[in-house]
Amino acid sequence: MSERNIIEEYLRMDRIPHIWCPGCGLGTTVNCFIRALQQTKLPLDNISIVSGIGCTGRVAGYLKLNSFHTTHGRAIPFAIGLQLTNPKLKVVVYSGDGDLVSIGGNHFIQAARRNMDLAIICVNNFTYGMTGGQVAPTTPVDAVATTTPYGNFEEPFNLPHLADSVGAVYVARWTTYHVMQLTRAMKEVIQKKGFSFLEIISPCPTLYGRRNKIGDGLEMMKFYKENSEIRNGANTKDVAIGFKGPIICGKFVDKERPTFLENMNQKLSERIPNYKPYNGLV
Amino acid sequence: MKADSKGVLTGAHFIDGDYACGEGAIAAGCRFAAGYPITPSTEVVERIAARFPHCGGIFIQMEDELASSIAILGAVWGGAKAMTVTSGPGFSLMMEHIGLACMTETPVVFVDVQRGGPSTGLPTLPAQADMMQARWGSHGDYEIIALCPNSPQECFDLTIHAFNLSEQYRVPVMFMMDECVGHMTERVVIPPAEEINIYPRRYTTAKPGEYLPYLPDADLVPPIAKAGDSYNFHITGLTHNEKGYPVMNAECQEKCVRRLVDKIRLNADKIVKFEEEETEDCDVVVVSYGITSRVALWAIQKAKEKGIKVGNLRLITVWPFPEKRIKQIAEKVKAFVIPEINYGQVYFELERVVGGKAPVHLVPHGGGAVHNPEVIYQKILEAVK
Ligand SMILES: Cc1ncc(C[n+]2csc(CCOP(=O)(O)OP(=O)(O)O)c2C)c(N)n1
Ligand code: SF4
Ligand SMILES: [Mg+2]
Repeated sequence: MSERNIIEEYLRMDRIPHIWCPGCGLGTTVNCFIRALQQTKLPLDNISIVSGIGCTGRVAGYLKLNSFHTTHGRAIPFAIGLQLTNPKLKVVVYSGDGDLVSIGGNHFIQAARRNMDLAIICVNNFTYGMTGGQVAPTTPVDAVATTTPYGNFEEPFNLPHLADSVGAVYVARWTTYHVMQLTRAMKEVIQKKGFSFLEIISPCPTLYGRRNKIGDGLEMMKFYKENSEIRNGANTKDVAIGFKGPIICGKFVDKERPTFLENMNQKLSERIPNYKPYNGLV
Repeated sequence: MKADSKGVLTGAHFIDGDYACGEGAIAAGCRFAAGYPITPSTEVVERIAARFPHCGGIFIQMEDELASSIAILGAVWGGAKAMTVTSGPGFSLMMEHIGLACMTETPVVFVDVQRGGPSTGLPTLPAQADMMQARWGSHGDYEIIALCPNSPQECFDLTIHAFNLSEQYRVPVMFMMDECVGHMTERVVIPPAEEINIYPRRYTTAKPGEYLPYLPDADLVPPIAKAGDSYNFHITGLTHNEKGYPVMNAECQEKCVRRLVDKIRLNADKIVKFEEEETEDCDVVVVSYGITSRVALWAIQKAKEKGIKVGNLRLITVWPFPEKRIKQIAEKVKAFVIPEINYGQVYFELERVVGGKAPVHLVPHGGGAVHNPEVIYQKILEAVK
């Protein structure tokens, strides 16, 4: 298929041009996602995408899939209702760092604990893009944001370590510079059963890059190129990101654990005579 | 459509209102429920958690009410009938998703077993003080439907009705119980499945590619689709056009929100449900709902024994409000008396609708108990003076 055909098959062309700034990494992530979807060969009707609110939250609206743009922080519990009702669906949650691990942080850790069968794609631009560049729980110490004008002094989350420690079965991190690896990782999170987490380090030149003297979109990509280090299988404890520090990329976790539904059916079969395993409502 | 017999426990039962509500939901076809424990509502989800594995449903206790209230929306878009259950503090947390349900026109039921508030208030004691929150607790402008049962039997019957209304109008329905009705145990008769009417989901029959998710039918309600269908639809809480796409301007806002409001306001005659006795030829009408309607009966009876002509109007749907009927009554009656377990919520709406045609007397109560019926009786005496 030609480049153009692929894009048109997967994007709502009647919604283009999109709202993202020039140099923003979100377009690259969507490109990789489309390519990954194509490689999985999954029927598109079987895929749903759920976003929260934010610049990243707008992704759902551009993809020609059954797509849901929900409320800030609550994409995961929405996705849980959707997926449990129809476990044949592959439900992808595509949202920002603030959305998923600040306001939505509790849902994130609880869904991982339960091993909900969800693919979580978190675009981490180290800030709240949509609202104008405020500090986030991912902002490195010393980085300047509108609400930390003298530099951030709060310790940020190390997202792969967070996901790993609460039970995610797949954990990886790539930057938008690593399009090949990113595409492969997207394919893997889509195909993996259970709570699978992909962190994408992505430039927000408008509000993070320029303010922190890393530069525009291109310069931020150059920064990723020069400061990334691929370490597959690294201990997630060791992959925290410091201000302008190295970005450890790779696949860190890929393991098996029974999902919420598998555990539920197992327990109910043990306790209820003639229990008919739950396999969805539709 | 008739109820699926798999979920219907036909027969006479002796159960409380919370259990009856759970049974009503199951009979209505609800097969997805999410909740977070909170007194005095927890028994509803406890009942459901025990019953669902036997009838093919799935219950999940979520991490909080924000999660519960949006998990049910996800479930609906997956094709389920879904409900969540809570009480005051949890209801407060759910407000954002009541708004999302209104904006996305997601048919769903929110149960609030009211307790004393504000804040943690009186966890195990009754109130009726969430009535305005049920109507307008989420930001922005919208209309919902709210029902108030006054017995365990009604907790069963009206829960089914709540699901049916939510499907017919694609609106979240607030099922406004109170601690007394929730914890009161009475006889509840569950009819055979074939006697229970179910309003089916209004699925679109459009061809893929031709479906406009927010193009309404003549009654202002658009047909729905679900994930897994071939429509590739987009659902958003942003102001949207008929395609479901966000459009950020005043014209689209007018079109989008006006219809959300109008589909309830203009269909109000079909939605409104109340009971009345002797309202035609009386001097004073007592307006009440929920548990208070049963307490008021004692006062009405006593007043009648004293020769006072008292009518009784019991609201079953509080929202939309039975405006038309109350306006007719207001033309003839000398006064209204409205007892409610709050310091005036539905009272203000009643006063607005009566429009000065007759005085409206509130019998307030802060919560924690039901009214002393004597106090209602005294107010009736005062009203006819
Ligand atoms: C309940 C609520 N609080 C606050 C907001 C405002 N808000 C919109 S997006 C956003 C932050 C988004 O940050 P992130 O998730 O990192 O996404 P990004 O824009 O960076 O992609 C906030 C705070 C909101 N929409 N809802
Ligand atoms: S504000 Fe930042 S994240 Fe948002 S679109 Fe612009 S560059 Fe991208
Ligand atoms: Mg962000």
